[in-house]
Amino acid sequence: MARNDLIGGALWEEYSQEVQRRMDNPVNMGEITEAEAGDERLVIADFGAESCGDAVRLYWLIDPKNDTIKKSKFKSFGCGTAIASSDMMAELCMGKSVDDALKITNIDVEKALRDDPDIPAVPGQKMHCSVMAYDVIKKAASIYKGVDMESLESEFIICECARVSQDSLMEVIRINHLSTVEEITAYTKAGGFCKSCIKPGGHEKKDVYLVDLLEQVKSQLEAEAKSRRIIEAKGDGTFESMGLVGKIKAVESILEEYIRPTLKADGGDVELIDIKPEGDHFEVCIKYKGECMSCSMNTTTTLAGIEDMLKFKLKANLRVMVV
Amino acid sequence: MNVYMDNNATTMVDPLVRDAMIPFLSEIYGNPNSLHRYGTASHPAISKAIDQIYKGINAGDEDDIIFTSCATESNNWVLKSVWIDKILHGDKNHIVTTEVEHPSVLSTCKFLEEQGVKVTYLPVNDQGIVEAHTLRSFITDKTALVSVMWANNETGMIFPIKEIGEICRERGVLFHTDGVQAVGKIPVDMQAVHVDFMSMSAHKFHGPKGIGALYIKGSQKLSPLLHGGEHMGGRRSGTLNVPYIVGMGKAMELATQDLEAKMDSMAAKRNRLEDALLSIIPDTFTVGERARRTPNTILISIRGVEGEGMLWDLNNAQIGASTGSACASEDLEANTVMLAIGADHELAHTGIRLSLSRFSTDEEVDYVIEHFQKAVTRLRAISSSYAKVGPTKGGEAAECGIHH
Repeated sequence: MARNDLIGGALWEEYSQEVQRRMDNPVNMGEITEAEAGDERLVIADFGAESCGDAVRLYWLIDPKNDTIKKSKFKSFGCGTAIASSDMMAELCMGKSVDDALKITNIDVEKALRDDPDIPAVPGQKMHCSVMAYDVIKKAASIYKGVDMESLESEFIICECARVSQDSLMEVIRINHLSTVEEITAYTKAGGFCKSCIKPGGHEKKDVYLVDLLEQVKSQLEAEAKSRRIIEAKGDGTFESMGLVGKIKAVESILEEYIRPTLKADGGDVELIDIKPEGDHFEVCIKYKGECMSCSMNTTTTLAGIEDMLKFKLKANLRVMVV
Repeated sequence: MNVYMDNNATTMVDPLVRDAMIPFLSEIYGNPNSLHRYGTASHPAISKAIDQIYKGINAGDEDDIIFTSCATESNNWVLKSVWIDKILHGDKNHIVTTEVEHPSVLSTCKFLEEQGVKVTYLPVNDQGIVEAHTLRSFITDKTALVSVMWANNETGMIFPIKEIGEICRERGVLFHTDGVQAVGKIPVDMQAVHVDFMSMSAHKFHGPKGIGALYIKGSQKLSPLLHGGEHMGGRRSGTLNVPYIVGMGKAMELATQDLEAKMDSMAAKRNRLEDALLSIIPDTFTVGERARRTPNTILISIRGVEGEGMLWDLNNAQIGASTGSACASEDLEANTVMLAIGADHELAHTGIRLSLSRFSTDEEVDYVIEHFQKAVTRLRAISSSYAKVGPTKGGEAAECGIHH
């Protein structure tokens, strides 16, 4: 929100001339009948429904000898931008092989509708209206090829308006340490259009949202950081070869990560007092705090648990003593 | 021909209203709170405007009508101040409203919910109105306020304000009504109904934008929303907007003079337009029984024609109308009123609202009939809903598949 956004309701002012021309006069609008098909294969696919607010029907006449789309027409129940983008989509299919048509995305359609290559053809939220153009091509191609529509999609798309997949989003979030949806939009454009993919409750229901990905990457990074701290504490050598400070750090990090959360849940805690060599093993001296001090299991189950965890994680022969 | 049929959104300022306002811009511009002659010079005109407004809605002398900037402010004022007075500083915790209120009520209620207030949103029937008996069962001992609009902006449907007022009086609950779509269009008589607060806005009845009012029954307590100087008895601070107050008074007088005759004339044109559209264009329906609607409104659904596309074609024909379609909104959200009424969600995508005014003419109605039909014909020719050739086997779309 800033000076240029102060007046709302300017949706139509942001449509390109090309979009407006095609809204007024969609040149590829129409139907193809079986009678016209002859030796060529007619494929007619629907996507969306009137009750959803968007529906498009795509007609392809395909030469079966070379899989080339000879004629491409559409019908659309939808807003002006849906009509304009369907019209452009039908045009872009013409003369292409089915496989090449499959490469046409809603972004290609939007680009083709621009007057100026640097200025979007429609305002952000209306990018959503061009998404069906891509879906219906996939549908038509799947009928022609006799395969499932899903099998034509190689990646899991989170933002359909900007066509950004889950894999690439996860990577961008991770590499750039992104922590907000605004940052994701700035880096990938995902979430910048109809905003359905940001979080639940938007225009369209999704299985996975951008906020979920942020959360997922965040917890992954945290887990990695934790294990890195343990490795750093341990050094590259064995527990035995560490100096006292290294040993304390290593034991502390295991206590912190695996032991204390459980103890604290019951109102207790443990303090590391000392680590000293004792014959062929190390003695780890601890002191219980809070509820642990009076707990009946503090010299049995709890102690054994702490010892087992330290032995297992640090691969060292050590004994835990309560002082 | 330019035809404006979006009078539920806003109206033209009546030239007589404009003329009444002009002297108070550069001639009589003193601050009415000043002691000198320049200030007091505006007092007769303000008094006159107050008289016009009290008369227009038949308010009693013991009632307050406080000028605000618009009905959005009036609605915010009532909801937020009842929250402060009765919930934060009282033992209540509940507000009842409807699913189909204006955003200035709904968004304020959402905000109050975030502050811990319980809000009940009453559903509407297939006519798009809340029935009085529905309300009864939702009022509890903790209810501070009931807020139900007098008439709906999308459908024009008139709510049973008299019955709702009686229920509120019986139960000792404050009653607020957003009267924006009723005042100046249908008889609004504050002495014939039990209403504690009513919001209104001048620009809906040929007054200027930026001026509204709140009616407060019996000058009862309601903490101010705007604090400041002692304007209007300290109820709403801010220097009185003299030219706009004068304009609102004049607009009220003009709108409510011979109201019955104006309603009949508007209804005649509206009915002719509605009958023509329904009979000429197949697969259309309108929402709400005419007798229970404001006399200027038509909400029509045209199968196979998406609202934004229809609005585009009407605009190309110089006709201004409105749609609740999601595709025509900034946030792609379908209009809540359309969704609440339902009609298989079709209405949410295909509903077009035409709202006339007392300035609408028969020629305009004829023009709209002609161009509405042309637009429907063009868009149905493009529409997949009217395609003749069906999809190839396997090419059928699942009903509302991936999208939405």
